[in-house]
Parts: sequence; C-alpha cells; structure tokens
Amino acid sequence: MNALSPEGYVTADGRKIGGQLMEMKNITLRFGGVKAITDISFDIREGEIRAIIGPNGAGKSSMLNVISGFYVPQEGEVWFRGARRPQMKPYEVAQQGIARTFQNIALFEGMSVLDNVMTGRLNNMNANIFSQAIWKGRAEREEVLNREVVEKVIDFLEIQSIRKTPVARLPYGLKKRVELARALAAEPKLLLLDEPMAGMNVEEKEDMSRFILDVNDEFGTTIALIEHDMGVVMDLSDRVVVMDYGKKIGDGTPDEVRNNQDVIDAYLGVSHD
Amino acid sequence: MLYREAGDFKKTYAEDNQTFPIKFDRWRYYAVLLVAFLVVPFMVNDYWLNAVLLPFLIYAIAAIGLNILVGYCGQVSLGTGGFMAVGAYAVYKLMTSFPEVSLFIHVILAGAITAVVGVLFGLPSLRIKGFYLAVATLAAQFFLVWLFNKVPWFYNYSASGQINAPDRTLFGQLISGPSADAWAKYMFCLVFTVVVAIVARNLTRGAQGRQWMAIRDMDIAAEIIGVDPLKAKLTAFAVSSFFIGISGALFFSIYLGAVEVGEVFGITKSFLVLFMIIIGGLGSIFGSFAGAAFLVLMPVFLKNVLVGGLGWPTDLAAHLEFMIVGALIVTFLILEPHGLAQLWRVAKEKLRLWPFPH
Repeated sequence: MNALSPEGYVTADGRKIGGQLMEMKNITLRFGGVKAITDISFDIREGEIRAIIGPNGAGKSSMLNVISGFYVPQEGEVWFRGARRPQMKPYEVAQQGIARTFQNIALFEGMSVLDNVMTGRLNNMNANIFSQAIWKGRAEREEVLNREVVEKVIDFLEIQSIRKTPVARLPYGLKKRVELARALAAEPKLLLLDEPMAGMNVEEKEDMSRFILDVNDEFGTTIALIEHDMGVVMDLSDRVVVMDYGKKIGDGTPDEVRNNQDVIDAYLGVSHD
Repeated sequence: MLYREAGDFKKTYAEDNQTFPIKFDRWRYYAVLLVAFLVVPFMVNDYWLNAVLLPFLIYAIAAIGLNILVGYCGQVSLGTGGFMAVGAYAVYKLMTSFPEVSLFIHVILAGAITAVVGVLFGLPSLRIKGFYLAVATLAAQFFLVWLFNKVPWFYNYSASGQINAPDRTLFGQLISGPSADAWAKYMFCLVFTVVVAIVARNLTRGAQGRQWMAIRDMDIAAEIIGVDPLKAKLTAFAVSSFFIGISGALFFSIYLGAVEVGEVFGITKSFLVLFMIIIGGLGSIFGSFAGAAFLVLMPVFLKNVLVGGLGWPTDLAAHLEFMIVGALIVTFLILEPHGLAQLWRVAKEKLRLWPFPH
C-alpha cells in the first residue's frame, strides 16, 4: 500500500493532484450467496485518472455500479466530497455530479445525437411544465443556454457533422464518443467510464485516449475508468486499483502495480500444488 | 427545388430549435392554419362537419394525448376510452352544476380532472412494463366504464342512464346542443386541436420530451443520467390524460351531444385511438393527425365509393368496409411499420435533394 499525503501529490508528468474526491470504505457487495465485492477500500482524488482493472468477473463493473448508486453495498461507506453519502437513487447520484458511460452502449436510440447529448443537461434544466408548454420564458432561455454548453462538448469531441443524425444510424466507435459527450455535457465532478475502448480498433482507441486525457486536462474532470487494454491503462492512469475475485490485490501507480507479484499471479495464473 | 435548407442560414440556437426549421415547411404550416381558420368555417355544412371534420379534430387530440404516453414515453395504455369517458362525464357534471361558467373553461377543467385520474392509474407503471402495464390500464378502461354506469350521481339520476349536453353559448353564439351552427362547433374544436398540437410539440421538443424519450429508449440509462423515472412517467400520464380528457369532453359536448358510456367509450375506442397512433406513427405529432385522418376518412371514403359510386346495398358495403379497412391496416403495417409519419419523413428527405439527387 502506498501512503499519500491528504493534500494531494504530484504525478510523474508534473500534474498536481488534489485531496480526496471520493472514498470507498470497506465496501462489501453480495448477491444472495455470491460475494461480488469483499471489503474493498480505495480513494479517488481530485483531478486524477484512476483505473480499476482485473480479470473477468473480478467485480470491476459492480464497483462502478456501487459508485453510481445502482447497487447498494451491504457493508461499507461511500464518501463523496468530504461527506458520507446516504443511500441514494441513481438519479440523485447523477444530480450530485457523477456521470458515467456504459460497457454496452446505453444511448437513446430513437433520438438524434444532439438530443442525446442534451439529455446530459437535464439536471440543469428546471423550467416548469407550463413554461415548457408555451416555449416562453425560462424554458426558452434554458434551451439556448444549455445548447451552448452542449455545442462546446460537441466541438470538443469533434462530432459536429453528425449532430442531427439519429443515433441508431451511427457506427459503434462514434456511438461510444456520443456517449462520452452525453456524460461530459453534465459537467460532472467525477466521470466514470466503463470500458471506454472495448471493441475499438487501434485508431479509435488512440482517439478515445486523447479525448480522455484532454477532458482531464482542460476541464480538470476526475476520471475513474475500467479498461482491459493494459497498454492504455498504464499510459493513461495516475493510479490503478487491481481487483480479483472481488478482492483488492493491488493499488498504486502503474509501475508499482506492474511489479506487484499478486497482480502478476492474477493475470498470468500460478500453479497451485 | 422549393423545399431545401441550403441558403437558409440559422444564426441563433433559437432559430435552429424552431418547429419547422425549413422555410417552405413554415409557409405550408401557416397556409394550412389560414385555410382551417378562414376558409373552412365559411364552407362547412352539417354532413362534412359530423362525418369528417369533428371526428378528425377530436380524435386528433386523443391521438396526440395517447402518442405522448405510448410514442414518447413508451408506456403502453389501453385505457383511452375510459379516460375519454372521464373527460365526458366531468364536463357533463360541470356543465350541469355550474351553467353560468363558460364551456371553454369546463372543457379545460375536465381535462385537468382526467389528468388526476390518469396519474392514479399510471402509478402501476412504476413497477410494471410493457404488456403487463397494458393489462393494468385495461383494468382502468373496464373499471371507469362500470363506474359511470353504476353510480347514478354521474348521470344526474336520469332515467335512461344517458348524459345529454345542454345548450351552451360562447360569445353569444350557440356551440353545443343539436341546434348549434356547424361553423361554431367546428371553430370551437379547431381552437382546442391547434393549441393542443402546439403545446404537445413544445413539450416534446424540450427538456420534458427528452426525459420521456430517454425513459422510452432505455430507462436504466435515463435514471443514471439523472431522470427521475417516477416524475417522468407520471407527468407523461398526466399530460396524456389531460389531452385525452379534453377530447372526451369535446366528443360528448360538441360532437355527439348524448352519450351512453358503454357504447361510446368502450374498449373499441381505446383500440381505435391506439390504431391511429400506430398507423400514423409513434412518437410524432404529425403522425397523430395522419392516423386520425386515415381512420376517420377511410370508412367515409369507402362508403361513398361503394354505395354512392358502385350502387351496392348499404349493409353489404358496411361489412366490406370493415374488411377493407382491416386489410389496409395490415398491409400498411407490413409495408411501413413506422407509420405514415415515416413515409412523410422519407418524402421530405427526398424532396430536399430533388431534382438534383447528386
């Protein structure tokens, strides 16, 4: 285990990382008799790119679901921005400033790209239904103000040319990008990415890596990501949590993790004799 | 050539957000409104009014209402007939209890009452989805019809069990009852239809509509990005029932004048409106109009051709009419499962490039 100062630390490439944004304390999650997560603790610091890795079935996605409020752990505490988070519905978690993407794309297929990204702004649109019904006053203003934010995200992710296209018509790689756009439009404090590069070719992976680094760099967004491509994980992330069979077996900088014997065993396998 | 977006530059997001972003569409829309408000009232007669115009306008309101629930929010409902009955009985009670208040206000209040009832019957949608929800709303349909038959208070203890619309005036002009002028009835319904369509369009293109569509397309993802499913579904039920209640109120007070609930607002009515939005196109305001027009006009058209044109006996024609309309619906859904609205969209996309497709 590495001990970090509570005020933060400086990464190898000279970026300053702040204090704790989120802390998971002794999380245990069970589905009936199956323990998906056993007593895991780790923290995510402000401005950091934090990776969660592990073999199949290690409990990574369950961990992300706990953070986004989709699963409620039987034991343990979730701390967000210095306060213990009470049990919440997923949409309340979203309103706190946590956005995410999904392993299997979860876009709204019947809507255009623009509308999909605009859904990311729903937490900032509070006009009442009567104002919306006549399209005057607050509703009209909010529509334009939020459109400006959305257009910035669309520019940033270079999807201007497809803004009016129905999502169902897009190829896989672009859908992933639109999903990232929708999460970014919410201007989250913490962005959770569940396998953002799954099923992509090398070029698409490079693009996506660039976007992730740019998001972190330009908006200062804290990012927690799950990824299987080790090259990508080691290049992108500041610190890595390694899980196996629902337990934490490693935590630290990519270099520390790479040389951790437990991690090597988990990935390459050991003979049990 | 005329229908194009090239050269029509949008300088603000507000301009880009408007309902008809293409200039030609906008003018066409104004032209339709102009004809509907300034030409038709001077030409309308009783036959056209009762056979075509009133049913079209009123069913269009019901179809828009149901489309918000089914097409935009993805919650299947078979309770339309029951909710229309709530609108009809609410307006009847209001008309007879407060005769001095304008019918215009009564119709809106009837919509509001239906919205409350709709929300109550929408509560199960938080737990159940798809076919199961359809069955739950079916319960609403049967329960409401039974209720209005069973409790005499709803039909003011009349001997026949029917409700009859009393004569009411608006701006000194008689609008309900058998002796009202055709043009007055038409204008009264037209105003409601146009306003409902505009409100529905505004709601569905803005934040509320995106919440509904998010719930429809993927409810789990919608919840993760911050949509409260309870609020989104219940507002859909409320808005949808509000419109359906208005259509039920107009159906009774302006169109029929007298109603026996089991006959008029039975399960067949629920299916009729559902067919309208399926044929017209789910998730489209235009589709609601197209579907209503299709199912209102087709029987009238067939009757005129078979009885008037070919001289067949009316009973034979009436039976054939059912078969032909049914066959048309089936054929149509096989050829274009997304409805008339999709045909319209494809036509518009082609028109944009016509006559130089490359």
